[in-house]
Amino acid sequence: MTLAATGVTVRRAGEKDAVSGVAPRWVALPETVEEISAVLRACAEQDLAVVPAGGGTKLHWGHPPERCDVLLDMCCMNEIIEHAAGDLVVRAQAGVTMDALAAALADEGQELALDPPFTEHTTVGGTLATATAGPRAFRYGTARDLLIGITVVLADGTVAKSGGKVVKNVAGYDLGKLFTGSRGTLGVIAEATFRLHPLPAERRWIVTRTKVADLAGETLRRLAASQAEPSAVDIDCPDGRNATIAVLVEGSAAGQRAPALRDVLGDGTITAEPPDWWGLILTDDVLLEVRFPPARTAETLAAVGETRFSFRGSPVTGQAYLELWDDVSEEELTAAVDRLRARLEALGGRVTVPASPYEGVDRWGHVSTLPLMRRVKERFDPGRRMSPGRFVGGI
Amino acid sequence: METLIAALRSLLPHDSVITDPVRLRTYECDGLTYHRATPGVVVLPGTAEQVARVVRLCNEFGVPFVARGSGTGLSGGALPREDGVLIVTSKMRAILEIDLGNRRAVVEPGVTNLAITEAVRDRGHYYAPDPSSQQICSIGGNVAENSGGAHCLKYGFTVNHVEACEIVTPDGDLVTLDRMDPGYDLLGAFVGSEGTLGIATKITVRLCRAPESVTTVLAAFESIEQGGEAVSAIIGAGIVPAAIEMMDALAIEAAEAAVACAYPEGAGAVLIVELDGPAAEVERQFAQLREICSDAFELRVAADPAERAAIWKGRKSAFAAVGRISPAYIVQDGVVPRTSLPGVLAAIDRLSAEHRIKVANVFHAGDGNLHPLVLFDDAEPGAGERAEVVSGAILDLCIEHGGSITGEHGVGVDKSRYMPRMFSEDDLDTMQLVRCAFDPRGLANPGKVFPTPRLCGEVPGVRKGVHPLVESGKAEQF
Repeated sequence: MTLAATGVTVRRAGEKDAVSGVAPRWVALPETVEEISAVLRACAEQDLAVVPAGGGTKLHWGHPPERCDVLLDMCCMNEIIEHAAGDLVVRAQAGVTMDALAAALADEGQELALDPPFTEHTTVGGTLATATAGPRAFRYGTARDLLIGITVVLADGTVAKSGGKVVKNVAGYDLGKLFTGSRGTLGVIAEATFRLHPLPAERRWIVTRTKVADLAGETLRRLAASQAEPSAVDIDCPDGRNATIAVLVEGSAAGQRAPALRDVLGDGTITAEPPDWWGLILTDDVLLEVRFPPARTAETLAAVGETRFSFRGSPVTGQAYLELWDDVSEEELTAAVDRLRARLEALGGRVTVPASPYEGVDRWGHVSTLPLMRRVKERFDPGRRMSPGRFVGGI
Repeated sequence: METLIAALRSLLPHDSVITDPVRLRTYECDGLTYHRATPGVVVLPGTAEQVARVVRLCNEFGVPFVARGSGTGLSGGALPREDGVLIVTSKMRAILEIDLGNRRAVVEPGVTNLAITEAVRDRGHYYAPDPSSQQICSIGGNVAENSGGAHCLKYGFTVNHVEACEIVTPDGDLVTLDRMDPGYDLLGAFVGSEGTLGIATKITVRLCRAPESVTTVLAAFESIEQGGEAVSAIIGAGIVPAAIEMMDALAIEAAEAAVACAYPEGAGAVLIVELDGPAAEVERQFAQLREICSDAFELRVAADPAERAAIWKGRKSAFAAVGRISPAYIVQDGVVPRTSLPGVLAAIDRLSAEHRIKVANVFHAGDGNLHPLVLFDDAEPGAGERAEVVSGAILDLCIEHGGSITGEHGVGVDKSRYMPRMFSEDDLDTMQLVRCAFDPRGLANPGKVFPTPRLCGEVPGVRKGVHPLVESGKAEQF
């Protein structure tokens, strides 16, 4: 069957549809799980490579695809299928934007406690496929922790689900975890079911400025272990020397709990609004992600301080994005990544490069379980047609 | 088997290979005692390297292996194979590292769940997942089963608290799955795979800070409906308690007979609600809770840890306690959306009447996880069969209401036949792809989780050759 014969809306691709410079031939716009399946079956028959796309905020992340015939635009999969407020569960199609989902849930006083690093256009599917999370991961976990059910479509068109719509469920393998962060290389995330939380009654941020050199590991440790239970701690350090620390406390009595956290910090302003950089990625032509043991935050900041990258991330979860605000040559970037990786790996951390205009950069570093990952990829996508080459080790 | 045993003896210390039929019999079942099989041989490795060598030997001989921790599982996940090797982790009991700065502990798989908390309690921390068997169950078993517990309503399951696992793959390779590593979330797929994707030999768990304040409340209601309404109202008020547990009259009667828990007399249902967190938050939530439970005819609040333990005593002993009121029973584990609880409980009542089989209901009400105890007299002809029917029908109810056939006990051998009722053939085949990637020869705990073991065979479709350098991870392919 050809793509046209599936009956799914398909248009010729234009320049704007290119994925990291690789232009697809067609853009398919499925509206149902069945239509996704029909498109993938047709692509399997014609040996066409497929790259799924949500809002496009992170489509330039990862390697350029080895080939890309069809861009699977998920924008029409934009229905919130079921919000069972009494069960604190929502099921949504993958193309629903995180904004639209948040608005619908807020009507019932609930939220999906994920704060993706882009404010607009980010979709449920894209958030899952890239496993992006924000500062509140400290309290609520990341996408894989809040996902309780998933429907995926495999390269051959097979529709499969795992999990369900109850939070507590250990029946069968958890395909949701496997697909979360798989960057479109195992199949298409079509629908997702999440556990929800009540919207916090109150939120307070305690914000203070400090010199990186004065940032004490002990202060950060005490914040993380505080019985006032902050939901998040985020540090913004644009220049390697000066940092702003913001601590979020939320829930009932947040206002009462905030002073205890300010005492840990030494001083700070208590506000009801986050700082404007809170949890965001502001530029990502070049973007690094670092992970590090929380107790090694000071050393991590010092290592990043020796580069031209800015640091924004959490000293309590040990995750940060590093941004670059001006031009960099391939040589310079490669050297900076290699150097930083050596420093952080010695601390027990990791450096990856989600976005880079250059292919000479080692985006992932050494991944010891790569052979096992390749075996998973081979089983799910033996024809290498799902976002081929985009992920770790060229998977 | 004889040659394999000889090879095992050359690998392991003498007392780590068990072949004596009497001793083998002590391993013939786990906590699900009605499935039994005497293992071909039992080994008790002391190190990860020994586990890896045993698994490699199993590969060499094409013999299946089953891992076992403390053997407390309730779905037969550690049921041995008569033609296979049972790998018991009970000699691997060291807590290797406690790192409070990073809120982590690194432990061997045979360490008990509670031992982790005990090791850090005096420093104000604890390990959150708390299955009822926590005094004896092993952390390796918890990882295999993705164990929950009463407090997972707020704090999540084992999978949410494991940062890394060193595992022996079904091929016998020793690898580390780490949440920090880029790539597929193999750790997430591994936790809860019931021993079918390999054996955990070292586990890094997350430690939680002890809450500032804990308030435990026992509310007694005249009917189970009133109790159910209170649960909905608590969730509706935006409160996420650490735990919400419910017991019905029959379960209360059993607990009373067994441990004299002194729950309020004449209660149709009791609710145990535990609030924890910052003192100011707990105080406000408690005020809300008191209002919500205004229908309760008695409300007890634990004033100290001893009173808290007294409230929990009846609940924690409930499974064993039904032995006092019934000669035999089946412990069921199913999940329904919380809002379906009233309808499902009414349907269980009807099933119970129709089949003349009593059912005591104990459940984690906050997350809709039912543990019906199906009571019967095994001396009465036909009673066991009727109990089986009721027990199975309860799972059907769970599926009908969009729930799950297991919330925390696992599928094991016990429920694999129900998997096709919850999942389509395509769902199960897709799960098998994961299995085949990890265990193409099907040697790791075969016969568990999935109803019909399938052969992995060759990967279908076009298969492009992988360069040896790429395969070994030394080069990347674009």
